[in-house]
Amino acid sequence: MSTPKNRPETKPTGTTTRRGAMKTLAAGLGAASLPMWARYSHAQTAEPIKIGFQVHRTGIGAAYGRWYGRTTEAAAKLINDGGGINGRMVEIVAEDDGTDPKRGAEVVEKFANQHGCDIAFGTLFSHVVIGSAPRAGELKMPYFVVSEGHHVASGMLNRYTLQPGITDVKSQVQAMAPFVAQNLGKKVTMVFPDFAFGHDHRDFFTQAIEAQGGEVLAHIAIPPSETSFTKYFPKIPRETEVLYHVMVGPAVLTFVKELGEFFGPARPEMFGFIDSLEAVAIDSPGLEYLEGTYFWEGNPRHAQADQSEHDKFFRAAVGVNDRGASISDPSDVSTYAHMFGCWETLHVIKAGMEASGYAGTQDRAALIEAVEAMTDMPESRAHPQGAKLFNGKTHQVFGHQYISKVTGGKLLRVHTTSIEDTLYPDETDYTTQPF
Amino acid sequence: MLASLEGAITAAVLALTAVGLSLVFGVMRVVNIAHGEFFMLGAVIAWWIAHSLGGHPVIGFSVALVAAPLVVGALAVAADMTILKRLNYDPERTIVATIGVLYIIQQMTLMGYGPDARPVEPPFNTRLAIPWVEHGAEGWAMIWPWGLGTTSYKLAVIGAAVVLLCGVWILMSRTRFGLVMRATQADRDMALAFGIPVERVYALVFGLGAALAALAGVLIVPIQQAHYLMGADPLLLSFIVVIIGGLGSLPGTVLAAVLIGMSDGIISVFFSPTLAKILATLLVGLVLVFRPQGLFGAQSE
Repeated sequence: MSTPKNRPETKPTGTTTRRGAMKTLAAGLGAASLPMWARYSHAQTAEPIKIGFQVHRTGIGAAYGRWYGRTTEAAAKLINDGGGINGRMVEIVAEDDGTDPKRGAEVVEKFANQHGCDIAFGTLFSHVVIGSAPRAGELKMPYFVVSEGHHVASGMLNRYTLQPGITDVKSQVQAMAPFVAQNLGKKVTMVFPDFAFGHDHRDFFTQAIEAQGGEVLAHIAIPPSETSFTKYFPKIPRETEVLYHVMVGPAVLTFVKELGEFFGPARPEMFGFIDSLEAVAIDSPGLEYLEGTYFWEGNPRHAQADQSEHDKFFRAAVGVNDRGASISDPSDVSTYAHMFGCWETLHVIKAGMEASGYAGTQDRAALIEAVEAMTDMPESRAHPQGAKLFNGKTHQVFGHQYISKVTGGKLLRVHTTSIEDTLYPDETDYTTQPF
Repeated sequence: MLASLEGAITAAVLALTAVGLSLVFGVMRVVNIAHGEFFMLGAVIAWWIAHSLGGHPVIGFSVALVAAPLVVGALAVAADMTILKRLNYDPERTIVATIGVLYIIQQMTLMGYGPDARPVEPPFNTRLAIPWVEHGAEGWAMIWPWGLGTTSYKLAVIGAAVVLLCGVWILMSRTRFGLVMRATQADRDMALAFGIPVERVYALVFGLGAALAALAGVLIVPIQQAHYLMGADPLLLSFIVVIIGGLGSLPGTVLAAVLIGMSDGIISVFFSPTLAKILATLLVGLVLVFRPQGLFGAQSE
């Protein structure tokens, strides 16, 4: 059709024309790729299950992304070594979202249209999840996030977005408030990053500590891309009894260091979310002042005396030592309090696909219904962080939280909350939304 | 007190970075968008040197202090000779070219060094507390409250920046190279006619500008950590400073750096860091409207 009609149809044979060469090349290319697609043509179900993995390779979430990647690879290997899901191997298709909401939505689209993924999975930073989830819903692509934000359970997202592998900030801080009020003090100043995740901390901890008879004296929001922090600290009121800190981004080490320099020897009690120190060694120079301070940990970074066999197995599979650092490079500290979420989520996906007899994209709705039907998840190899309770209506999982005290340069677990401590009334019911 | 100290550090680092930018613009009329990346490279190389040498932090840091600016300067000279020279220093095309250089350096760093922020240990770092007199329950007493303190390293950064800026000033006003540079700045064609190797001067100036940025990067890295995106902030602030101070004017640049740095520190502490940024940008707008040549810039012909 593209050839003009008045053009001679054929050129003398034997000469090489560009058109001819292109044809030959295309045919050759087709022939070369033949085994790739012909391999599965005999049996549709032998094709691998493709899981699109949205990962923070670059941007402010890069340290998390690196460890989310390692954990995901380890979990996928374990699942495949055990025979895969429904007899099919799992293939992880990783794409960098640049820790950027816009890019995140594009990545979800790429999974659907370019890679032909069965489901999407992965990302952590709440603004990326909030930016990507609507697109996943439009594409009718199940989107399993490992993000901690309250946006899933709040009803802000959609039926296709689930968070079955990691607890949300609201339940975490709600479980922390009684400990803080009873053991550390009632006058709290909060320092948190200025985006959705930090706002969850601000809103829910303030509520929770007031319920305990305490109060928050000041809220100090810091942009997550900030690199120098001392200028924010003079806003901390002098009567502060407890400093509550949570920070993310590439400069967390600077953040804690400058906090130490700011306070000197006269610091108030400190309660931090380990996010402020994820991927940072607790024995880094300048952090000595943290001795005696408390941290929330999603999963204790340092192997505890009563370490479970599942935690031991999980560490070995991901390649993490007893201090939560890479076995091959002890200076490469993991994001241990979060990355278990990838492992557990993949196992939930496996269980959901097996329960629904998932065979292909036509079964996506059945997969979501199967996950929604889940409730108790006992502590096991699939759930090394501890037992969990899934709420199918809010698409959110609930679990134990840990509080550790820095003792002799080690994060020693001093308190474990019950799952009941972390529950709150449902705020939405996704199961009423149509697919 | 703390506010002005924080401000002084910002000002010190800013002055070094901006002087490099200003120098390059003044002499070469090239707007170097890649300037922030030279700053970043300085920090990254400092990390790399400190990391591979190991041992006491002082060794790594002092080697980095000398080596990083040299390496970055050499790289900039090479960029000048291979790219900017080919464009005949055409103002518009060099802007586009330096944007290209920015991305090349940034993405190469991402590929080689990775996306992580990495710390460099300061060579010395003791917390210096400042006492405060307060009327307490037992009358007036001297207390050592939290918050009032700084570190010896931060003070050293300010000192180092002052020394370096004096060095640049002496170089410009007292040496033959400075004379040649000023001659080139004043009138390129006339300088060429007098036998000044203008192209070599350009290459050296570009290298010097980059080296100053790298030096600022090395000085800041024990406070901030090296990260491949860290060049964006200093670039923006340097432009603000250079525009306010007057493109090509050294004293103007230094004064504007002090103004912006101190106001950033003080406003950040007493109000909010966002307000400080808003005010700085507003100031740029006002300067551009009412005094387009900058506070100290010479009226262009």
